[in-house]
Amino acid sequence: MSDRKTLQVRQISGHSGTPPGFDTQRDAEVCKLIDTTICIGCKACEVACVEWNDMPFSPTTFDNTYQTMPATRWNFWNLIKFNEHQREDGTIQWLMRKDQCMHCADPGCLRACPADGAIVQYTNGIVDFQQENCIGCEFCVSGCPYDIPKFNPATKKVYKCTLCSDRVGASLEPACIKACPTGCLKFGTKDDMKFIAEERSKQLRDNFGFKDAGVYDPQSIGGTHVIYVLHDAENPERYGGLTKNPVIPWSYTVWKWLFKPVLGAFAMFGLLGVLLHYITVGPRVPQPEPPLKPQPPKKEGSDVQRS
Amino acid sequence: MSSVVERFDDKARDAFDRIGQNEIHVGELQRHRVYTRFLHWMVALFFFLALFSGFGIYLPWLFRWFTPIFGGGPMARALHPWFGLGFVTFFGLQTLNWIAPMKWTPADTRWMRNLKNTVGGNEKMEPPDTGFFNGGQKAQFWEIVAGSVIYLITGIILWAGARTFGRWAVAVSYVLHDISAIVMLGGIFIHIYLSTIGEPGTFQAMIRGAVSEAWAWTFHPAWYKEVTGRDPAQACEEARQHGRFEGR
Ligand code: SF4
Ligand code: SF4
Ligand code: SF4
Repeated sequence: MSDRKTLQVRQISGHSGTPPGFDTQRDAEVCKLIDTTICIGCKACEVACVEWNDMPFSPTTFDNTYQTMPATRWNFWNLIKFNEHQREDGTIQWLMRKDQCMHCADPGCLRACPADGAIVQYTNGIVDFQQENCIGCEFCVSGCPYDIPKFNPATKKVYKCTLCSDRVGASLEPACIKACPTGCLKFGTKDDMKFIAEERSKQLRDNFGFKDAGVYDPQSIGGTHVIYVLHDAENPERYGGLTKNPVIPWSYTVWKWLFKPVLGAFAMFGLLGVLLHYITVGPRVPQPEPPLKPQPPKKEGSDVQRS
Repeated sequence: MSSVVERFDDKARDAFDRIGQNEIHVGELQRHRVYTRFLHWMVALFFFLALFSGFGIYLPWLFRWFTPIFGGGPMARALHPWFGLGFVTFFGLQTLNWIAPMKWTPADTRWMRNLKNTVGGNEKMEPPDTGFFNGGQKAQFWEIVAGSVIYLITGIILWAGARTFGRWAVAVSYVLHDISAIVMLGGIFIHIYLSTIGEPGTFQAMIRGAVSEAWAWTFHPAWYKEVTGRDPAQACEEARQHGRFEGR
């Protein structure tokens, strides 16, 4: 029999409770390793991504660098960011970074998304958008610390790198990994990639004089399933604005998982309150005016209306 | 400026009186003119459209059954801001229309202090100085004015999104937008309760525009005095002296 596994869902946006099938099988967490110190900026990964995902051609922009366009687009999920960094000694260093979804362990996009099932996280760590459930509110854009989800005005949906969940689910490596000619991109389990990345960083520190070389796997969002080896892990911003301390806005945490249900219930209690008032205190009926005009004085409880 | 607004409101009121009807029977007083009623129901319509289209975005696992009414999630999302805009627009006109009678007075402060008795159903004739609107109505009115401003600002930020205003603006707006909605929702329960079964005779004020004199006498004595010239407190006192009134 085939031992091929299907992807298991771990989290679903806007959804209460555990997703169906959670924990029925164990999946190793996958990870993409990007060693920026080996990247030659050939853009094979860009092309592979566009081709595998069958994306329409989008025009590129030339801004006097080797970068294809200023930022990723809804139909361009994988962009090599290019930066000419001038070192203190005056020499130039080319910093290239493959920019795409980081597949965060704690995805801000998923936290922010109000639509049930528009964003799912698989147990292997891949964060995937399900466009058929997306309502196009773009809250995910505000939740993402890496400015990754991109809106397509024509379909009113957001799109981003899927970590080639269709390929990974079929035991293949992502298209960008497959296309990389230098070994700068690697794909495997998180543990393995982490180990290789640490070894490589050590090598860079010990043998090549990059004393700040290190691994980018930010713990503020529980780590990512895309990790980098950087020559200078102290200044990730130099690599096309890689966020040093990515954070999810606190309001999404506090509001969505605590206040929202609590205050929603509170509003419902308002409804209950007026019903209870009606039952216990009762309505306040208009009283007839005191009889200025002569009127037969009645006993208590007389409710005669003036005719 | 204010006189321009007043002239606009006067013209609107007259124009609507020509189109609509004010049906007032014997023993009744006119309460709300056609223009006011029109605005009230437009505000109500857009409030509920915005509320229901927003429910699915607010708590999908509880209110997912609201979204199909609007043609599904994406459609509800697309329509919601327009409903909100309708709400803010009509409530803006209502604010101009009502700004004078909604002015806060010392009588309203007294009304607020007496709130416990009012809620408990122990209200005496005092305070007899409740005017056209009472303190509770004014408080809710100004709460909606404030809420509309919050709605409008945060709504525009959420509408245009993080691409225009940045992610923190959206993240904060989203909380304020929802708090404002919850406060209004709570208020609307009270409003609907009191205007229908809680204080019978109120609903027709917004349907036909008229209320019974007894209603006016009970709930808005100062206004009653203003339009009829009879002083409820004095009438009450006289009645009490003649032993024909229990004093409640
Ligand atoms: S990088 Fe952004 S879009 Fe990708 S998983 Fe993290 S929060 Fe979501
Ligand atoms: S736009 Fe983003 S946040 Fe909104 S429903 Fe779609 S995936 Fe979720
Ligand atoms: S993992 Fe797939 S979708 Fe993501 S950048 Fe690589 S090729 Fe594109």
